[in-house]
Amino acid sequence: MTTPAPPPATGRLRFEAISKRFDTHLAVDGVDLDLAPGAVFCLLGPSGCGKSTLLRLTAGFEEPSAGRILLDGQDLAGVPPHRRPVNMMFQSYALFPHRDVARNVAYGLEREALSRSEIAARVAEMLRLVQLEALSTRRPDQLSGGQRQRVALARALAKRPRVLLLDEPLGALDRALREETQAELRALQRRLGTTFVVVTHDPAEAMVLADRIGVMAAGRLVQVGPAAELYERPATRYVAGLLGDVNLIEGRLGEGGAGTLRSLDTPLGPLRAFDHHGAGAAGAPGLLALRPERLTLGSEGLPGTLLDATYLGEKILYRVGMADGRVLRASGAPGAGFSAGAPVHLAFAPEAASLLPAEPA
Amino acid sequence: MTGRLRESLRRLRLPAVPLLWLLAFFGLPFLVVVKISLSDPATALPPYTPVLDWDAGLAGWADVLAALDFENYRTLVADPLYLEAGLTSLAVALGATGLLVLVGYPIAYAMARAPKAWQPLLVALMVIPFWTSFLIRVYAWIAILKGDGLLNQALMALGLISKPVEILNTPAAVMIGVVYAYLPFMVLPLYAVLERLDRGLVEAARDLGASRLSAFRTVTLPLSLPGLVAGALLCVIPITGEFIIPDLLGGPDTLMLGRVLWSEFFSNRDWPLASAVAVVLLVIVAGPVVLFREAESRRLERP
Repeated sequence: MTTPAPPPATGRLRFEAISKRFDTHLAVDGVDLDLAPGAVFCLLGPSGCGKSTLLRLTAGFEEPSAGRILLDGQDLAGVPPHRRPVNMMFQSYALFPHRDVARNVAYGLEREALSRSEIAARVAEMLRLVQLEALSTRRPDQLSGGQRQRVALARALAKRPRVLLLDEPLGALDRALREETQAELRALQRRLGTTFVVVTHDPAEAMVLADRIGVMAAGRLVQVGPAAELYERPATRYVAGLLGDVNLIEGRLGEGGAGTLRSLDTPLGPLRAFDHHGAGAAGAPGLLALRPERLTLGSEGLPGTLLDATYLGEKILYRVGMADGRVLRASGAPGAGFSAGAPVHLAFAPEAASLLPAEPA
Repeated sequence: MTGRLRESLRRLRLPAVPLLWLLAFFGLPFLVVVKISLSDPATALPPYTPVLDWDAGLAGWADVLAALDFENYRTLVADPLYLEAGLTSLAVALGATGLLVLVGYPIAYAMARAPKAWQPLLVALMVIPFWTSFLIRVYAWIAILKGDGLLNQALMALGLISKPVEILNTPAAVMIGVVYAYLPFMVLPLYAVLERLDRGLVEAARDLGASRLSAFRTVTLPLSLPGLVAGALLCVIPITGEFIIPDLLGGPDTLMLGRVLWSEFFSNRDWPLASAVAVVLLVIVAGPVVLFREAESRRLERP
């Protein structure tokens, strides 16, 4: 039996003004990030946003063009990949086709001065951890996708890295298996207490796995925070749209600044919303972001016409045509009896809406 | 039942093409060679007996079979010259193949790691020498290796030697010629394997604590073994029977099976003995290959 992991003392990863340039292309652009030890951090963004490059910089396959990466205070600059106390789980898993499962897991241990019995014991422990004891003599081409994923995980964890880097760890799995594996991965991480850095393009996956999420776009870190904060208080239009359905209403910003309730002059009239991160100066163009479930259908608020209602099981999605022709989406609990074509009013609490700068990022 | 038969015949149709080709252009001629190797030399045309009398029917075949014997093989075993030629051929073939691995692997590796856009050009450069005649290319080496040839002039100009060294007509010249001529046969199969090798595997090895050297030893090298074996077979087999290179570069004293075969056939007009040498050559070359393939397929089927 594995004993519960002690509170992690190591595995604190810090990025200080990290940039990476490939020829003329700036893949990573001035990223500052401080990762808590023992937590799961997800780098979320579209392909080519620089998230995988950040992972490869940490593993040592690339050296940063500027900035420093610190692991528990130690600068990793110039440390070759095989001397870094971090391990990586590769997107394609990169299992060695000429070695069976046990010898794949043993590979990293064989590179250290460990005795045969120590290696065998650690391999057995790892295989037990990922429930692959029965398959230890299979070769990678004789395994299913889910089994391969677990071999890759066991191999990367075998050396007890301070930080485990996971590049799209569930990307090669089908949907049903992915959800099951997400839960397993999360439980495993809690048990081991290793710092995980997960790269993914799937917002749902990031929300399930991560303690904190960093959203990246075009090499920059756009916003960092727990899923709830990113969802409720997005800093940009991109983040707002990434994590879920959102209504956006454009307008001109009124007086105020970050941390205040401000008004936005919109085609639907002046609306009030909370400015969490500083949307811009008074008079500048801005956006109001509003989640559908924060809009309530009733007899007060902005007038509109109910276009249709879609029953989705746990909720009903309403599409409401507004006075200026735009369509807003609202969702509510099933049961409320609104029929298509009826005049309705939409209301929301100003604290539940966010003001954003008009720029797309 | 007939449907089943037709089905299995249909499935045999595709493999039948190479099989028939092999039978018509290798199997039958080789049987003729075996038959001649069991005959006796004669001053006649063709220069051996017995000759099959097609008009005599089955009796003619029986007469031929009765006259065949292993006399020529006994000669091969009894005369140390042939044993020596066989051993020399094998030594040259194995030695040259070892050198070819040492020279060819780094070239193939560098080609596979070169930028993708360059690779077709690099492959073309490897193949371009085939556009000129093999004979001419070997002749060209005479000009390079001879006493006042390019190599000696260059070495003297560099001050490395004070008077020309004798290279032409030595075993070293044969080695140089063979390594030069067979390099593409080693490099191309190796390149094909190395080029397809997932670079992520080497990164995974490095990530798990392997230095560059140890990642090469534990990942790249074992995974490139099929290419290495293919290249080695493509070199060992023809080099063992090589005739042109030892004849042109090795001088009159070089004793290799290809040359022995040639002189038995053309100088001594002893077709039966030449045929026996050819059969022995084939057994020497094919034996290890068959054994190796056996072992290889057993290894691959291991669960």
